Amino acid sequence: MTTIDLGLPQLGGLDGVPTAEDTQTAKDFASDQEVRWCPGCGDYAVLAAVRQFLPTLGIKRENTVFVSGIGCSSRFPYYLNTYGMHSIHGRAPAIATGLAVTRPDLSVWVVTGDGDALSIGGNHLIHALRRNVNLKILLFNNRIYGLTKGQYSPTSEVGKVTKSTPLGSVDHPFNPVSLALGAEATFVGRALDSDRAGLTAVLGAAAAHRGTALVEIFQDCPIFNDGAFDVLRKGDEAAERLIHLTHGEPIRFGPAAEDGPGAYAVVQEGFGLRVAKTDEVDPSQVVVHDAGDHELAFALSRLSDQDLTHTVIGIFRDVARTTYDDATRAQVDHERKTRTPNLQGLLNGRDTWTVAG
Amino acid sequence: MTSSDTAVDQPTEQVIKKDRVVIRFAGDSGDGMQLTGDRFTSATAAFGNDLSTLPNFPAEIRAPAGTLPGVSSFQLHFANYDILTPGDRPDVLVAMNPAALKANVADLPAGGVLVVNTDEFTKRNLTKVGYAADPLQDDTLTEQYQVHPVAMATLTRGALAGTGLSKKDAERSKNMFALGLLSWMYHRPHEGTERFLREKFARRPDIAEANILAFRAGHAYGETTEAFAVTYEVAPARLDVGTYRQITGNTALSYGIIAAGQLSGLPVFLGSYPITPASDILHELSKHKAFGVTTFQAEDEISGVGSALGAAFGGALGVTTTSGPGVALKSETIGLAVTLELPLLIIDVQRGGPSTGLPTKTEQADLLQAMFGRNGEAPVPIIAPRSPADCFDAALEAVRIAVTYRTPVMLLSDGSLANGSEPWKVPSVDTLTSIDPGFATEPNAPDGTDEFWPYLRDSDTLARPWAVPGTKGLEHRIGGLEKADGRGSISYDPDNHDRMVRLRAAKIDGIRVPDVTVDDPSGDAELLVVGWGSTFGPIGAGARRVRALGREVATAHLRHLNPLPANLGDVLARYRTVVVPEMNLGQLSMLLRARYLVDAKSYTKVSGLPFKAEELQDLFLRLLDGVQP
Repeated sequence: MTTIDLGLPQLGGLDGVPTAEDTQTAKDFASDQEVRWCPGCGDYAVLAAVRQFLPTLGIKRENTVFVSGIGCSSRFPYYLNTYGMHSIHGRAPAIATGLAVTRPDLSVWVVTGDGDALSIGGNHLIHALRRNVNLKILLFNNRIYGLTKGQYSPTSEVGKVTKSTPLGSVDHPFNPVSLALGAEATFVGRALDSDRAGLTAVLGAAAAHRGTALVEIFQDCPIFNDGAFDVLRKGDEAAERLIHLTHGEPIRFGPAAEDGPGAYAVVQEGFGLRVAKTDEVDPSQVVVHDAGDHELAFALSRLSDQDLTHTVIGIFRDVARTTYDDATRAQVDHERKTRTPNLQGLLNGRDTWTVAG
Repeated sequence: MTSSDTAVDQPTEQVIKKDRVVIRFAGDSGDGMQLTGDRFTSATAAFGNDLSTLPNFPAEIRAPAGTLPGVSSFQLHFANYDILTPGDRPDVLVAMNPAALKANVADLPAGGVLVVNTDEFTKRNLTKVGYAADPLQDDTLTEQYQVHPVAMATLTRGALAGTGLSKKDAERSKNMFALGLLSWMYHRPHEGTERFLREKFARRPDIAEANILAFRAGHAYGETTEAFAVTYEVAPARLDVGTYRQITGNTALSYGIIAAGQLSGLPVFLGSYPITPASDILHELSKHKAFGVTTFQAEDEISGVGSALGAAFGGALGVTTTSGPGVALKSETIGLAVTLELPLLIIDVQRGGPSTGLPTKTEQADLLQAMFGRNGEAPVPIIAPRSPADCFDAALEAVRIAVTYRTPVMLLSDGSLANGSEPWKVPSVDTLTSIDPGFATEPNAPDGTDEFWPYLRDSDTLARPWAVPGTKGLEHRIGGLEKADGRGSISYDPDNHDRMVRLRAAKIDGIRVPDVTVDDPSGDAELLVVGWGSTFGPIGAGARRVRALGREVATAHLRHLNPLPANLGDVLARYRTVVVPEMNLGQLSMLLRARYLVDAKSYTKVSGLPFKAEELQDLFLRLLDGVQP
């Protein structure tokens, strides 16, 4: 068999989606449904950020679709005045794949949680990532099952005491960024629910990316896992833990150093990375972030441990690879151009015989 | 069959005319018996006989050579009249090795023709299947059958000497030798087979020529050897006027889906995970992208149906194909499709169950799974084709219902329909009725506002509007949570849920399906036989036999299992005795008894093989004589 040279051009994530005629606002994207998350839930912050962000894409609202699974975060589509489907547990990436493959004129978003995406829906997640379907997956990670009232999740830390683990969880958690990178994702980012600017920046890059983009959003569950990410939110402690990535920039963080921002730096050690004090290493040793470097992205994902001592946020990886949906459509288009569909011919086949009267 | 056997004067050989013949090719899985059967079938179709086939093969791709589990067979029934089944018992058995002989010879009636490849009858091969002595060397077979021992491998090797092929490669063509011999015996045209071989082995012309040489050698062997004094003629059948082709059930389903896409103007999206015996539909559809067909080989069964449902949300004709185990995995998504009220076609090519069961054998035991296998009240229309060619019409009908009523539809085929074949009177495309997707384009709020109510129903069909993303002003959210009647927003209201459950049920119950027709030639029958799916053939053939004996029996076949035809209750009530033969433990009879309070008797078989006409004839006669089954 010969493969067809599809000759696919490099496209942006929103190419093919019709642009809006009028300026749209966050209000246009709010549905008439009353938002029913618990007071203090991190989902409110993400919803507000997304409502602010969507109009900036400049695409038609009716060509925007949010598909979700099951869980607190999966109520998200009800609160956006776009097309939406609140589906079943873990299956949103599969449903969104069928939609994205058949409708290149849509911007398709998946909203999921740590249980939905990484436990019951793990298979669909990894296959969507490796296929590189033009989908944007927002993975709300609160490291707990909220809607079922407080069982540990696949991202809960070992030893976590929950309703189903009274003596502490013995289950080793996933690192969602490592998992996504291992599943051949072409775009992986991470953001914090309360960091509007950082979240919006990652969402913008995800939207512009053609292919599956996974954005892990650390999100607080005030009822069952309150304050899980507080150490990343407040003051000097947070600054010493949060490592912001900027493509092409040396990776430095923490309080200001004498030579500029970042008393700490990420340096290479063996096949991995370690954190060092900036003034104790030669500047040439400081790793410069490259979102096209797969090994670097993976090493950065391993800096983040369960206890959040160091937490890398921003865009780990952003590389171009032909998307499954573009390649699939290109095959169909090629066949449509080179073969004239003839239904009667198909039904007759090559070996007919005629019975005469 | 013997009644019209008449010798025709021929100088070199005796030609006997027959009304019908059943041939079974049997050999090792690696012997190419399915290909041999297929080619004989094509030649028979081209000749103009009516025909019906039953491939029967193990689930293993290559079971240990020469063993009983490795036996693969292909049975073909062809006739000069319209026939209904692949035949109960072969008139001719071709056995390529001792295992094939042992596994099949019991089905050969006394006096039958037995053609045996003697080269495989070695001590080792005989021992492998438990023959203490070579049955070809004593009288056990010759006493009962017309035995033709032929050293097929040796003869094939001899015919291919000089081609430069190795001994092993040359022997691989022995199935074509067998085909050539049988083609001579039954006066089959051979141009088609030679053309086929040249195309199949276009990249290995030496192999193509070797197969053609072997095929011709088999033909010549029959012609010149005195061992075969007789050939047989089966005249073409008198079928309705029209253009015909041979087709299998899986191909007919594939073409039905493509045609439904063309008739509705919808792009077809198939989401599917490979599973026996449904995979051929995925293979076939993947070849026809020019018709706007997209195939997606999903990571699992759930993704197969999920992606199809996602495509349906976007306005495509969403289809998923599977077998019973796959339906079990898809159940939750089918339930979602029920509550989303989106068109979706689910094809279940049933096989032996439970669990992995008998992947390559046939069964009808998924009816209740299709009917009830979901949480909550989740009704789904069910359609079952009755024959391989009927799969085309059944697929069109299933899509028509799915699109018209915005509902998932279950189509229940089975392994015997999927792989079996028969002549199909190809419809003229102009005569096929178009399917109107009727997409919503405008707000529909009854209060005249510019709102869109996704669950405001059509008063006639109770179908909801299908508004696809990209339609301005109709932005809406749907999901698995209960929705408010009309407006479609989330609702936990008790009365609303009660109303929505009943509305969904009423929509499916109200689907208009044709009345069931009863075949009761005299109108005086007291016994009614009700069938569904692939039992159509054996029931019809059994009834013909009973009528030929001067007895009366009525038959009714159900294409629609949900909803059932409106006149069915009246039909059942008209007969003193109702019997339902099924390849399960009585699933349809349970539904009929519950629904109509009728004493529908159940007659069941779950052997992985279709009913035989003979056993149903016996059943009907017993019932007519007042003997309970």
